[in-house]
Amino acid sequence: MSVQIKPSQAGTLESSDILIMLAPAEPGTGISIELVSPTIHQFGDQIKKVITDTLQANGIKDILVHANDKGAWDYAVEARVKTAILRAIS
Amino acid sequence: MKKDKLRRAMMFVPGNNPNMLQNSGIYGADSLIFDLEDTVSIPEKDSAPYLVAGVIKHVKFPCEVGVRINHLSTPWGRTDLETVLPSKPDFIRLPKAESAEEIKMIDEIISEVEYKCGFEPGSIELMAAIESPKGLRNAYEIATASPRMMGIAIGGEDFSTSLKTGKSLSGRELFVARSMVVFAAREADVFALDSVFSDIRDEETFTQEVIQAKEMGFDGKSCVNPKQVEIIYKIFTPSQKEIDHAHRVLEAYNEALEKKHGVISMNGKMIDAPMIIRAERVLANATAAGVYKREE
Amino acid sequence: MKNAAGREIPGSIPGYKEFTPYAGPFVTHPTVRKAGPVLKAVYPGADKVVKTLDEAIEASGLKDGMTISFHHAFRNGDYVINQVVAAIARKGIKGLTIAPSSFLDTNDELIPYFEQGVLVAAQTSGLRNKLGQFLTTNKLTKPVVIRSHGGRVRAIESGELKIDVAFLAAPTCDIYGNINGVDGPAACGSMGYAMVDARLADTVVAITDNLVEGPICPVSIPQHQVDYVLKVDCVGDPKGISTGALRITSNPRDLVIAKYAAKVIEHAGYFKEGFGMQLGAGAASVAAGKYLRDTMLREKIAASFAIGGIVGPFCDLLDEGLIGTLFDVQSFDSRTIESIKNNPRHQEYDCTFYANPWNKGPMVNRLDYVVLGATEVDVNFNVNVMTDSNGIMMGALGGHPDASAGAKCTIICAPLMRGRLPMVTDAVQTISTPGETIDVIVTDRGVAVNPLRQDLMENLKGSGLPLFSIEELKKMAYELGGTPKPVPVSDEIMGVVEYRDGSVLDLIRRPM
Repeated sequence: MSVQIKPSQAGTLESSDILIMLAPAEPGTGISIELVSPTIHQFGDQIKKVITDTLQANGIKDILVHANDKGAWDYAVEARVKTAILRAIS
Repeated sequence: MKKDKLRRAMMFVPGNNPNMLQNSGIYGADSLIFDLEDTVSIPEKDSAPYLVAGVIKHVKFPCEVGVRINHLSTPWGRTDLETVLPSKPDFIRLPKAESAEEIKMIDEIISEVEYKCGFEPGSIELMAAIESPKGLRNAYEIATASPRMMGIAIGGEDFSTSLKTGKSLSGRELFVARSMVVFAAREADVFALDSVFSDIRDEETFTQEVIQAKEMGFDGKSCVNPKQVEIIYKIFTPSQKEIDHAHRVLEAYNEALEKKHGVISMNGKMIDAPMIIRAERVLANATAAGVYKREE
Repeated sequence: MKNAAGREIPGSIPGYKEFTPYAGPFVTHPTVRKAGPVLKAVYPGADKVVKTLDEAIEASGLKDGMTISFHHAFRNGDYVINQVVAAIARKGIKGLTIAPSSFLDTNDELIPYFEQGVLVAAQTSGLRNKLGQFLTTNKLTKPVVIRSHGGRVRAIESGELKIDVAFLAAPTCDIYGNINGVDGPAACGSMGYAMVDARLADTVVAITDNLVEGPICPVSIPQHQVDYVLKVDCVGDPKGISTGALRITSNPRDLVIAKYAAKVIEHAGYFKEGFGMQLGAGAASVAAGKYLRDTMLREKIAASFAIGGIVGPFCDLLDEGLIGTLFDVQSFDSRTIESIKNNPRHQEYDCTFYANPWNKGPMVNRLDYVVLGATEVDVNFNVNVMTDSNGIMMGALGGHPDASAGAKCTIICAPLMRGRLPMVTDAVQTISTPGETIDVIVTDRGVAVNPLRQDLMENLKGSGLPLFSIEELKKMAYELGGTPKPVPVSDEIMGVVEYRDGSVLDLIRRPM
């Protein structure tokens, strides 16, 4: 089943938060993530993993993600992605 | 009511602010309340529960953690519970409680989640805030509506608004309501918590409110800022003088028991039963606050 | 080979002196006579006043390849460093080494002069902003030499750093070269760093916007050390020099840390009448002073002295009699400048007196407590205050290694997490102060005592502080924020961090 996605965003640019923006992508193009983070060296891969895992757990296979990170911990990344998904499919 | 537990300072933390949520444990508040209600704007009502559930699971807090949900009559109340409960908060705080039925409904939802998630039945507690005359009239029923109920609080801002007045600096419009909340809590044997005071710059008025709350019999006060936690502790934690006095009272009492004296006196003053109960409570509070160690 | 701090150090570093690796805080000893400036005589009737900066540079005899120095007491209000270097560049002089007591936020303007080859090497206590970024990513002919305040004086007095011309910003100067820091529109208080350069540079040029006939009183730098005096319109912006009265932070997290730090001081074992202390100028350190004040009043215990860079709240303690004497190498705010000018128990002193490991005893040796900040700390208690999370030189050693080596109890304050970054890690990016001189780490989520200090650990039990092992703190941080991947660096050595005794403590490599 493919989910109808409309552009959405969740989160903020405040410290320890992350702004997640989702946009629909062509079927079969997969999940592509554009990440801006002050700790990209240390945590870039981890942030992308949390975003990908959360999207997949919600059945989303093809999507464009723009993430502007301000030092969010994993739980906050996950929460913001979940909200963005909720807003994208509602 | 767990006698060894202290709920002097219950600190509210805005539920949509990760920075404040994840650091809220370092200020030594007895209880934290992650707020999904007043401090979360309507467009963010869908996001805060995820954040609150996430932070409860991710961070080991050094104290009990509760969640203030939106009222069940709002579009968010039920989702708040469904999202947050699986993270196993220590308690749920219901705002604007008006009847025992509301409490029973929440109790049921909690029971379902406890069962589904394999939590110990009854392990998630409940408290309710009285914020209207109707709620006040039903305060005892609310406080006893579920075995989960561990406390009731007065919500001063809403209550004074419902009286067609506003919250004054003196707080005289709330005096009776505050007292009645304490009465109901004592009858129901649950905690009584005083209202927040939201002007964090006005430490003087806040201090006066805390002193009043202690004198009126409240167990503690809700607050919104670490600075207020400190002030609450200064006032609610028994002073060395109070501890010494309580100690002497109990010593005199025990001595009299041993010697089978009928009348107990200390420095020529008669010691009566309420004095002994008060002395025991002072030492229990002091022990829980870590400022007194009972001799074995 | 690995030095005593566990860092891999090559046998030689291109463009750097012959050296020994760091072997321990008190292992490398002096072997030479003290170095001094060339002897000069100025006879009656001489006129030291020069009209223009060009004239001053010419008179100073500055030539290609020489070393120039500046002091950093004007902080972000300094106009002198950038102006002088620009004038030197206009004269076509090249290949200079610049060795200020520290660089400032305003020194980004120097970048073009490094690019043009006017400046070819830098020696400093600190680097910031774009200049820090530039010098971490653009290779000079020599690596940047990073020294503590005490280490810099040691390097000068041992002849390792020879200053040809010192250009010294002077808040007030008379026509024969007497300088003080307390009068004039650009008053900065203590001249503690400049005093060293005045005494030891071959040629000293005083630059002032408050030239008086004199002789002035008080005198911080005496005329017999000064070659030339130049009057300019403005040496600095008073707003950037002193920040106004420094206010104690209201950040609740810093206050939690400060409260713990004050409690460590109270219980660690040296909190006795007449103790000595240094509290850094960081938010938590300053606030620790506030809580310590309450404790001092409650326990009726006063300190005999306090040292370091001084901030207003400590002047209040001096006035209240809770500190006997303040020794001030750098005055941070207007309150402090006022105090050093008017209170005879607020003593100006120079940087050798403060922190030089190779003299007959600096004040840091007499410290019971020092409270300092950190960018990060590792499980071996090594502290980094020099490079940021991307490996860029973006900090300053300052007196950190000096006070840490001297004090009986060194307390480091920092939040456990900065955003997502752990403050306690497996290994710091750059060691600026070795762990064997660090005793207690205070964070908002717990306090750790160096296992080398079982005595402190005993004393702190029962104090009510949340005590953890350093590994536990690290684990807590990694669980909260995740395990950080190390910043990848190349082999290229951009900076050498010297320990205060001149041995090599660590190297700063170019991040990839």
